[in-house]
Amino acid sequence: MREAIARVEATRPARLQAGPPPAMTPAEREKVLAEFHPDYKAEKKRELGIGVSAGNVVPNEVADMLEAHLLVDPAKIDLSRVDYDVDVLIIGGGGAGTVAAIFAHQEGIPAENILIVTKLRHGDCNSTMAQGGIQAADRPEDSPAIHYIDVMGGGHYENKPELVQAMVDDGPEIIRWHEELGVMYDKENGEYMEAHGGGTSRKRMHSCKDYTGKAIFNPIRDEARNLGIPTLEFSPVIELLLDVEGKAAGAITYNLETGEYRVIRAKATVLATGGFGRMHIQNFPTTNHYGATADGLVIAYRAGAKLLDMDSVQYHPTGVAYPSAILGQLATEKLRSQGAVPINADGEAFVYPLEPRDVEAAAIIRECWSREKGIETATGVRGVWLDTPMIDEIHGEGTIKDWLAAMWTMWNRHGIDITKDPALVYPTLHYQNGGVEIEADGETSVPGLFAGGEVEGGVHGKNRLMGNSLLGYNVFGRRAGIAAAKWAKKKKSKIKTLSLQHAVDFEQQLADAGIETDLQSPMLLPDYRSKSVLERSLGRFI
Amino acid sequence: MSIPSENTIRIYVMGSAYEVPRGLTIMDAMEHAGWRFTRGAGCRSGFCGACSTVYRHEGDYRLRFVLACQTEAEDGMYLVQLPFTPAPRVSYTLAALNPDENVLLQHYPEIARCVSCNTCTKACPQDIEVMDYVQAALRGDIAQTASLSFDCIQCGLCSMRCPADIKHYHMAQMARRVYGRYMSPITEHLEERIVEIEKGVYAEEVDALVKMTRGELEEIYAARVVE
Repeated sequence: MREAIARVEATRPARLQAGPPPAMTPAEREKVLAEFHPDYKAEKKRELGIGVSAGNVVPNEVADMLEAHLLVDPAKIDLSRVDYDVDVLIIGGGGAGTVAAIFAHQEGIPAENILIVTKLRHGDCNSTMAQGGIQAADRPEDSPAIHYIDVMGGGHYENKPELVQAMVDDGPEIIRWHEELGVMYDKENGEYMEAHGGGTSRKRMHSCKDYTGKAIFNPIRDEARNLGIPTLEFSPVIELLLDVEGKAAGAITYNLETGEYRVIRAKATVLATGGFGRMHIQNFPTTNHYGATADGLVIAYRAGAKLLDMDSVQYHPTGVAYPSAILGQLATEKLRSQGAVPINADGEAFVYPLEPRDVEAAAIIRECWSREKGIETATGVRGVWLDTPMIDEIHGEGTIKDWLAAMWTMWNRHGIDITKDPALVYPTLHYQNGGVEIEADGETSVPGLFAGGEVEGGVHGKNRLMGNSLLGYNVFGRRAGIAAAKWAKKKKSKIKTLSLQHAVDFEQQLADAGIETDLQSPMLLPDYRSKSVLERSLGRFI
Repeated sequence: MSIPSENTIRIYVMGSAYEVPRGLTIMDAMEHAGWRFTRGAGCRSGFCGACSTVYRHEGDYRLRFVLACQTEAEDGMYLVQLPFTPAPRVSYTLAALNPDENVLLQHYPEIARCVSCNTCTKACPQDIEVMDYVQAALRGDIAQTASLSFDCIQCGLCSMRCPADIKHYHMAQMARRVYGRYMSPITEHLEERIVEIEKGVYAEEVDALVKMTRGELEEIYAARVVE
């Protein structure tokens, strides 16, 4: 490996002098995507056979989950005993859910009439793991219109226009709200230090070193705690409840530690369950947190919510390819926005470092598997170099340790010093581009059910840009929370008799469509036990 | 159980021995051995603090502190996870408090019990100078407390080890919020942009974009000048 690194070092001075390769033309982008992006493999997807979005094409792994049996027979659930009776139920204790709770409260719902339920701990979420930054068009050189164009082009013009409009218009206001919460944004001489991300035409990436996700989410969670918003942890939702009129009416939770279920009745329900990285689409490793298993899609789909853009998956261009212990963990795009360039086995820069993510990922896959210019590790993983020492060369010694501290620490724990040596990277499963279709205020196609964050679909089209997930969860978490509070205050939100008939009907649809499967969903958690253990497992306490 | 080979190591989870492949993180190694986590696994990338782990090496008296998802398992590790810290936090209203040099001491008076033993710093898997930020907080230096604690992931190991029962990570979270709200300079053009948007300065332009066909948008996108 030292020999391979020497080839990167040999070309570095000339590359620093010449600058990165030029960006691709639209035609070149289309070509590399069609040939090498995993989304463009038709055999890895199929049409949904049942449900309100039947005919939509989704990854096979997602179809398997959406067309699986219920986890629990509805006949075993006693809906006459309500354990929690609230105005606004929020499903998911990550970024979007916590923002929704705070704004539902600001909209006049008392804290005790709000309930956050979450699968693991409050804050076990992708929001807290984001590194690079959050977009907002606040500089004089920038505008919401320019941000809009960047988002639409990045998403292949398939985004829902009114959602993109909402996101770019709300951006600066979200940053101000964060300032009020005490988020410590990076500043120099009183100005935000704003950078490019892949596919941006203006520098609008606000950051908090490379801990941006944590540095934004933790004050938000802290604020929810100050407000006394109740939280039920280790309690994933296994089914939504409707009332006999078909309105969203709450949920059934399952206590991961005691095995009990709970019945929650709610006038309004906000779905903020995040994405699906732990389903390992096309066997990719993932950057996602442990609970990212598409539960929200499953329960919402059974309740009749429409899906959008679920055919598209985001593979982050730069996941860790070495060491294997942390395979697939995130190497932030901020490394490239600060000057690091992907380099092949011959020491050549082969791609503009800040293409939109799908294009950048496809170019790296092409380099490794078509042009055969990847670097192969002892465990058979291929990757390309990310020439991180360029960052300190460009911005001065200490830049990585000061502003990319999380990245430095991650590799340093495994004996790799990215200030001196390049890092080996390869695309990794990162984000669910589509999801449950929403309108501009987070409404879904089910009355009384709202959605925000990664579970929603429509904002990002077929490809999300860096920095628009943090912005998106804030914008649509806030809008969903406000809309849910308004809905809960209306007379028509009054819940009639609770029902799980939609779940019973879903089982019937599976049978009618002749779908045979052993799977049950939602998945709740992936199972990483080894084959040798599973072969001999008798189950816990038998 | 077979003897560890070139490709395997032996780890001890809460005292019981398991043989696992070499080159896995502690978390992956435990899963390989048959654990299925509910507690003790969160982001699996070193940002959430769910997988605080204490271990010692066979034959060594010293306890060490790491994140299970970020640390490679080694032969002879005696491991236990501590995924929950029962540390109370103090509620406050950020907009209403007086951000003077006493604000941290008022809310977390136990920081005055610090005996400067540095055990917190030694327990920190993020290599934060924990004791130094507690001392900064005692001096009323909010900026220093915020800056030194910036990388904190709130795993709680500091508070589990502290002989003075200080709630370091909750106090530091408060310090960062006080700094962010009251001491970090405001960028003027942010406020200007918000006023512009409220006045509808960009409404017409964005409304027009919203109504455009894909072809029209493609033309504008292709003509972008990248800063």
